[in-house]
Amino acid sequence: MQWDVVIGLEIHVQLATQTKIFSGSSTAYGAAPNTQASAVDLAMPGTLPVLNEQAVRYAVMFGLAIDAEINRRSVFDRKNYFYPDLPKGYQTTQLDHPVVGAGHLDVDLADGTSKRVRIHHAHLEEDAGKSLHEDFHGMTGIDLNRAGTPLIEVVTEPDMNSAEEAVGFARKLHSLVTSLGICDGDMSQGSLRFDVNISLKPKGSTVLGTRTETKNLNSFRFMEQAIAHEVERQMDLLEDGGRIVQETRLYNGDTGESRSMRSKEEANDYRYFPCPDLLPVVLSEEFIEDARQRLPELPDARKARFVEQYGLNDYDASQLSTDARLASYFEEVVRRGKDAKLSANWVQGELSARLNADEKSIQESPVSGSQLGDLIVRVADNTLSSAGARKVFDALWSGTHQDVDTIIADQGLKQVSDTGALEQMVDEVLANLPDQVTQYRAETDANKRKRLLGGFMGPLMKASKGQGNPKLFTEILRSKLEG
Amino acid sequence: MAISREDIEKVAVLARIQVTDEQIAGLETDLGNILNLVDQLQAADTDAVEPLAHPLDAVQHLRADVVSETDQRDAFQALAPATEEGLYLVPRVIE
Repeated sequence: MQWDVVIGLEIHVQLATQTKIFSGSSTAYGAAPNTQASAVDLAMPGTLPVLNEQAVRYAVMFGLAIDAEINRRSVFDRKNYFYPDLPKGYQTTQLDHPVVGAGHLDVDLADGTSKRVRIHHAHLEEDAGKSLHEDFHGMTGIDLNRAGTPLIEVVTEPDMNSAEEAVGFARKLHSLVTSLGICDGDMSQGSLRFDVNISLKPKGSTVLGTRTETKNLNSFRFMEQAIAHEVERQMDLLEDGGRIVQETRLYNGDTGESRSMRSKEEANDYRYFPCPDLLPVVLSEEFIEDARQRLPELPDARKARFVEQYGLNDYDASQLSTDARLASYFEEVVRRGKDAKLSANWVQGELSARLNADEKSIQESPVSGSQLGDLIVRVADNTLSSAGARKVFDALWSGTHQDVDTIIADQGLKQVSDTGALEQMVDEVLANLPDQVTQYRAETDANKRKRLLGGFMGPLMKASKGQGNPKLFTEILRSKLEG
Repeated sequence: MAISREDIEKVAVLARIQVTDEQIAGLETDLGNILNLVDQLQAADTDAVEPLAHPLDAVQHLRADVVSETDQRDAFQALAPATEEGLYLVPRVIE
C-alpha cells in the first residue's frame, strides 16, 4: 500500500533577551545552578510577574517576518501541571489569544522548487527549569536558572509531507530567527527545540490518520532520523493491520530507537484559565511600527542580493546567505578581497572545512574576514599559487602571523611570474631530460601527452623552489615542446 | 448541577490534595453549591458581551529588559528542605 506522510511541527524558540519573561533575572547561559533564579522565578508567595518588553518586541518581529497578523490584544493563560522544575505549578502561556496569528514560511527544496508552509500561530510563554536525574542519594536535583526564560512556541499547519520538507522548514526557521537576532540558534544548548507530529494516510485520502508526537529534537540530523524512524514504525504497524495510538514518543539519537512517553488516555488535564496576575497585553501601532523598523535584512532578501550584487550562482548565494553570521563574514571577505567567486569558494571550501574539523563556529574563526580578504587579493593577482595560498592560510589559522604580505615575504611564497626567469628554468629542465622530451614529441594520444607534460612539473617546481607559476610553466612547456 | 464522587477524586488528584471518604461527602455538597451558582451565571444572556480576561480595565505594563535581580541563592536555599551543589533536591522524578 502507498502512504502519504503528514507532518506538522511545534518549535520552541528561546528568545535572546537579557532577562526573563516575567522577572529581572539574567538569562545568561552557564551560570552556577540557581544563581539566576529570583523570588518570582521560584514562585515565592506574594510575587507578581511583570512582562518583559523585549520579549514582546521579539515575538512581534517574528510575526512581521512571517507575514502574520499581529494581534493588538493578547492574553496570558495558566497551563496547570505539577513537575518540580515548574515551581508555580503552572506554566504561563497563551492559549486562545496568542500575540502572533497565522503566517507562513517558504521552504526551498533540493529539486529547486519552493514549498509554502502555513504557520497556525506563535505564542509567548516561559521555559521550565532543568531536572538533573543523576543520583543525589536517590533524589533529583533542580536547577531553576532556565525557569522563566522567554520562549515563542511556533505551531505549523500539517503542511509537510517528507523529512526533507520538515528539516527544510526547521533550517529555514533557524536561519530566520538568527537573522532577526531574536534567538542565538544554539541547538546544542536547547535554544531551538522541535516537536514533530507525524501521521500516515492511504495515498490520496483526505482523511488524516492518527498522529504521534516526537518531542524535544535538538539537531537537524536527529530530526531527520526520528521522522524516518517514526514513518517506518507507523507503516509497519498499519500494514500488519495494527492501529496507531495517539501518544508522545521520545527518540534516542544514540540508539536510533524511540519509546512511548505517555499516551492520550493518561494525558494531562491542563485546566487552562486566564492568568489573573497578568493584564491583557495591548500593543499600540507605534510599538508594532517600531518593531518593523528594527527588522534586519532577511535570508530570502539577502540571497537575492548576493546573486544581484556579487554575481553568485543560486547555490553559492543560498549557502552563504542562510546563516546571518556566515553571510556577514563573507561580505567582510569580499570587501577586502574584491573577487566574489573566489571569496565564496574559500569561505565554503578551506574555511568551512577547517571550522568543521576544529568544531568551531564562524564567530570563533581564528582567521578574520579581512585577513581572508587580503589572502584572496594575493590569489587573484597571481602572487600566490594555490599551494602557497594554503600555506598562508595555515599560518593565519595557527595564529603565528597576522599579516598576509608578511607571511608571503617571510616564507618566500611569492610566485615567480617573470617569464624570462621561468623560460630559463624550462630550458634547463628539458636539457636534462632528453628521453622524456623525445617520448613526448612521439606521443599522439592527447591524454598521454598531458600526463607526460605533467612529468616535467615536478622538476620545474623543484628548480623554482616551489615558487614558479604553474600556469605559466605549462604554457612555456607547451610552446617549447610543440613549437 | 451535581458533582460526582469520581469527579471530586479526579480533581483532588490533579490538585495533589488528599481527601478522605468523609471529606468527599461534604465536598459533594459544597462544590455542588458552587456549580449551582455557575449554572445561574450561565443562564445570563451574554451574546452582546465581550469575553473578559481580567476584571480591571487596564492593560499590561511592560518592563525594560534590564537585569535587576541579584543572586540570593543562599537566602532562598536556607528555606529549602534539601540542597546540594547549589541544586534544590526533590523526591526522585521518574519519566
